[in-house]
Amino acid sequence: MTYISIIITYVFISNLILTQFLGMCPFIGVSKNVESAVGMGFAVTFVMAIASLTTWAIQYFVLVPLHIEFLQTITFILVIASLVQFVEMVIQKVAPPLYKALGIFLPLITTNCAVLGIALIVVRSGYNAMESFLGGVAAGLGFLLAILIMSTIRERLDTERIPRAIKGIPIAFIAAGLMALAFMAFDKALLKNLLG
Amino acid sequence: MLITIFYAFISVASLGAVFGIGLAIAARYLHVKKDEKLVSLEEAMPGYNCGACGFAGCSSYAEAIFEGNAEDLTLCAPGAAETAHKLADIMGVTVEVPAEKMVAQVHCRGGKENASVAFDYKGISDCNAASIYFQGEKVCKYGCLGYGSCMKVCPVDAIYYDNEGLVWIDRDKCIACGKCIDVCPTGVIKMIPYSADYIVACNSNDKGAVVRKACKVGCIGCKMCDKQSPEGGYIIEDFLATIDYSKDGDRAAGAEKCPAKCIKKL
Repeated sequence: MTYISIIITYVFISNLILTQFLGMCPFIGVSKNVESAVGMGFAVTFVMAIASLTTWAIQYFVLVPLHIEFLQTITFILVIASLVQFVEMVIQKVAPPLYKALGIFLPLITTNCAVLGIALIVVRSGYNAMESFLGGVAAGLGFLLAILIMSTIRERLDTERIPRAIKGIPIAFIAAGLMALAFMAFDKALLKNLLG
Repeated sequence: MLITIFYAFISVASLGAVFGIGLAIAARYLHVKKDEKLVSLEEAMPGYNCGACGFAGCSSYAEAIFEGNAEDLTLCAPGAAETAHKLADIMGVTVEVPAEKMVAQVHCRGGKENASVAFDYKGISDCNAASIYFQGEKVCKYGCLGYGSCMKVCPVDAIYYDNEGLVWIDRDKCIACGKCIDVCPTGVIKMIPYSADYIVACNSNDKGAVVRKACKVGCIGCKMCDKQSPEGGYIIEDFLATIDYSKDGDRAAGAEKCPAKCIKKL
C-alpha cells in the first residue's frame, strides 16, 4: 500500500514540476516537440531512479555512520553529476538519434534541480531502499507526464494565432501556470479517499 | 570536531576518486568511434559556431557534409575560400569558390552632431526597442540608430564605437556571419568586399532636399561622384549612390567632390 501511495504522491500530488516548481529549465527548453520531450522524460526518469537509490545508499552507509550528514548536498551533487555523465555515454553508444535529439539538455540534467530535489526529498522522508527507488521512478514519471502534456500543448500552440508579444516562451509559461492550477486538484485528501 | 573534518575530507575525496575512476573506465568501454573523415572535417572548420552556414554549428555542418546532406561546401562564411578548399580536399572533390571575401559594414555616418533628431528617446538601449517608436529618434529613418544591438549579437566582437562615437565594423575581425544584418531594424548594415576602398556611408532613399534637412552627411543623389569618376562604378538609384565594386577605376575624385562628404575612404 505504501508503494502505491508513493507513486500517486510523486506523480500527481507533489509532482516535482507542477507543484514544487523544480526542473523548469528542461521543462520549458525541451518541450517544443513530443519526441524529444518523451526522450528527455525517460532520461530524467532513469537518472532519478538510479540517483535516489544511490544517494540512499550513500546516506545510510557513508554519511550516517560517520555523522557527516551535513555533506548531503555536496555528495549528492557528486553522485548525480557522475551518473549523468555515465547515462550520457550509454545513450551515445546505444541510441545515437536520441543522443542527438536531447542535445545540450542531457548534460544539463546534471544541474537539473529536480534530480537533486527528489534525492533530498526521499532521504528526508525516511524511506527505505525500495521506497526511495520507487520515489525516484515516480518523480521521473511525474516529470515525464508534465513534459509530455506540455509538449503536446505547445505543438498545438505553434499553429494557433497568438498575440505576437506572448508568442513562444511567454505563452508556454502561462500554459504551465494553468497546468499547475489544474494539478492543485490532486491533494492529500484524494490519496486518503483512494486508499482509505 | 577534528575527526569529523577528517571523515568529511576522506569520504568526499574517496567518493570523488571512485566516481572519477568509474567514469574513466566507462569512457574506455563505451567509447564511440568517430569516422576519421568526420573528425578531419570538424577540424577543418573555423570553430566560431556562428551558424552562417545554416546549420546549428561547425560540427553539425561537418556531419551534414559527411552524411551527404550538404552538397554545398562553400557555405562557411568565416572560413571563406580557405575552409572550402580544405573541405573539398577531405571529401575528394573540387569546388568553385567566390574569390572575394565579404565583410559587413555600417552605411551611415550620421552621429548626434550631423543627423537631426525628431524627439528624445529615453527607452531601453536597444535598436529594435527604439525602432518601435516611429522607427527611431532620428529624422532620417534609414540610418544607424546607434544603440549597438549588432554589437551584442556579433560573435567575434568586430563591431565597436569608433572615435566619433559611431558604430563601425572592423573588417579584419568580421567573419561575415550576417547576424548583425539580421538584427538591424533599419538595414543599414550591408555586405561589401573585404578589399573595398571607398563606401558610400549613407542608406537614405529620400530626395535630396529631405536628406539635407535630416542629416549633414547624407547622400542627396546629386550624381557628382559619377561625373567626377566615371570609371569608379558609382551607381545612383533612388537618390542614393552605391558602388559597384566589380569596377576598379579611380573613385577618389568622386569621393573628393561629394558635397555631403558621405563617401568614406576605408
